[in-house]
Amino acid sequence: MGCSAKQYTDIYDANQALLSGDRSAARQALASAELDDAFAADYGLNLNRVALPVNVADSFRCGVPTVSTAMALVVNDTFAPTARLDERLPQGVRFMSLGDAMRECPQLVTPHLHVADGDPLTQLNDLLVQDGVFIYIPRGVRLQRPLQLVNIFSAPIDLMAVRRVVIVVEEGAEGKLLVCDHTQDRSRRYLGLQLVQISLADGAAFQLHDIEESSPLTTRRYSLRCRLAAHSSLRLSVSTLSGGDTANDIRIDLDGDGAEAVVNGMAITDGTQRASNATTVCHHGEHTHSDQLFKYVADGESHGEFRGSIVVDESARFTEAYQTNRNILASDTARMHTEPTLEIYCDEVKCSHGAATGQLDPQALFYMRTRGIPEDTARHMLMEAFMADVIDSIGIEGLRERMRMLVERRFSGIADARCADCGASTTTCVSSTLDKNYD
Amino acid sequence: MNGNDGILLDVRGLRASIEGKEILKGIDLQVRPGEVHAIMGPNGSGKSTLSEVLAGDPAFTVTAGQVSFHGIDLLALSPEDRSHEGLFLSFQYPVEIPGVSMVNFMRAAINAKRKYFGEPALSAADFLKLMRRKREVVELDNKLASRSVNEGFSGGEKKRNEIFQMAVLEPRLSILDETDSGLDIDALRVVAGGVNKLKTESNATIVITHYQRLLDYIKPDFVHVLYKGRIVRTGGPELALELEERGYDWIKNEIDGKEGQQQ
Repeated sequence: MGCSAKQYTDIYDANQALLSGDRSAARQALASAELDDAFAADYGLNLNRVALPVNVADSFRCGVPTVSTAMALVVNDTFAPTARLDERLPQGVRFMSLGDAMRECPQLVTPHLHVADGDPLTQLNDLLVQDGVFIYIPRGVRLQRPLQLVNIFSAPIDLMAVRRVVIVVEEGAEGKLLVCDHTQDRSRRYLGLQLVQISLADGAAFQLHDIEESSPLTTRRYSLRCRLAAHSSLRLSVSTLSGGDTANDIRIDLDGDGAEAVVNGMAITDGTQRASNATTVCHHGEHTHSDQLFKYVADGESHGEFRGSIVVDESARFTEAYQTNRNILASDTARMHTEPTLEIYCDEVKCSHGAATGQLDPQALFYMRTRGIPEDTARHMLMEAFMADVIDSIGIEGLRERMRMLVERRFSGIADARCADCGASTTTCVSSTLDKNYD
Repeated sequence: MNGNDGILLDVRGLRASIEGKEILKGIDLQVRPGEVHAIMGPNGSGKSTLSEVLAGDPAFTVTAGQVSFHGIDLLALSPEDRSHEGLFLSFQYPVEIPGVSMVNFMRAAINAKRKYFGEPALSAADFLKLMRRKREVVELDNKLASRSVNEGFSGGEKKRNEIFQMAVLEPRLSILDETDSGLDIDALRVVAGGVNKLKTESNATIVITHYQRLLDYIKPDFVHVLYKGRIVRTGGPELALELEERGYDWIKNEIDGKEGQQQ
């Protein structure tokens, strides 16, 4: 299976004038590359930066005026700051368009831009990316207020958007970022090709919590790459609450001694939805620590996949690395594929991994029903409870509560109705909840 | 309401099996409001199965018989509707449900019952008031209420929590499955104290127990002996004392002897 990258290299060849910088490495690599089937379909690409008739305000009626996260949007593939965003950022902190950053402060961006991991999806991003987000937290700055990025698909045509987020956290700096993927016009097909690159310098600490709430017609191809220097820490969660065809590919390199990463995820799938997470956590430094927890609840005819690997280098003595994958199949026709792997080239390590797929505990279900809780409600409560430890790992106060509610609504099957009470997207409600805690 | 002469629970010829193995082989039992019944019997006689079948555990298949609960066909109801209609099972081993808080659990239970009877959901304030009042009945520690259901509770706390739920749901018939659960003396007092406090003229209790000990605290009006899936003997409180003194062997021998003669 798969399709050739030719239709994309052709686009590049015909539009080189619009795509700045040296992209020859990606062009060369893709000449013989295969992409997955999601890329065979014909989507529009807005290379000419035509202003699409998008009514973003429509979906942000209730949240924006008072948000206390520092929020920005990426509409399709174009960065759009909220009013007074810069005033909300401490001195020296940047949360801006990647395209602008390349022009205004290339010295901050360029050293962190190159991926070169041989993955066709990051190469394709290299080849076609035009804009995205640049986040920079200077040395020693500890951001109090979380940053929030809302990715929105909204177009009158089937559209592919190439997005990139580059995050640089300097020595001893700290920050938190909440990202929501969202679809506005749900009747169109969208393909999001996203690449997130994070560089954490010595002693830096960063949290990224990514929540996907896309439409069933949305395909998401998401790659995250993070390099951690000595004693830096990353806390990451990737949650698929809704979507069509999602594939997240996460690679974490613990380069420096004492670096640590928590990499968690959840997927709630139904219908014919597909959700896949692939993780590669590589330990290079000594005394590095990683912990992965991924949980899935698959209903309907949906298909979940987890491929998780831990790699411990010869040099990475005293590594501790753990990985857990737990899944619930809520219907007879749902499928789960799980494939944990360990590659250890060093003796002095503590590593473990475990994967289990099962059904809801029938005893707990019966116990709840004897107390009068209807079977459906009991099932939803148990599924929510199953996700509790992933939610609890989110280190943004207020977001945890919000996630609990989003998950609850998802299981009650009303997430698709999207905030029927106020007509706004659920995404905005995330920010309005955060308000209470930060204003 | 009570179409059949004030009988609250009327079990006739109840047979049930699990995975093709018959456990209950024809149970007959009548319970009237205000009564306390004790069901005793040796291990493996089907005591817990009886309570689970009455509560509607889908793991069991009812193969014959009828159960009428204040005139309603109990076996036709889902476990949740049996609860709404006033049946309560206090579990031998209350199930731990990590991630589901006691508060959410109880709110879901209460509001489901209210919905069943066409009443609006309880307001947050009224709900908390109710919880507080009922906690006092069983002296349930406030901090347990903020935890996940039964998670990390001691044996005694789990039992206290069962009686608390019973106090909240105000059942017409409570079945307390205490088979072999090795209640310590404190837990015993909790269960017994709660049951006695909640006892009225219109509700009834079935206590399932292996030992006579619990019956020092909860005085039964009737004692039934269950053996090989049937009630083989019924008597007053004195039967429990006799069992305590003589064990179950004499009854087993009697029954097994009869069976032998028949064959």
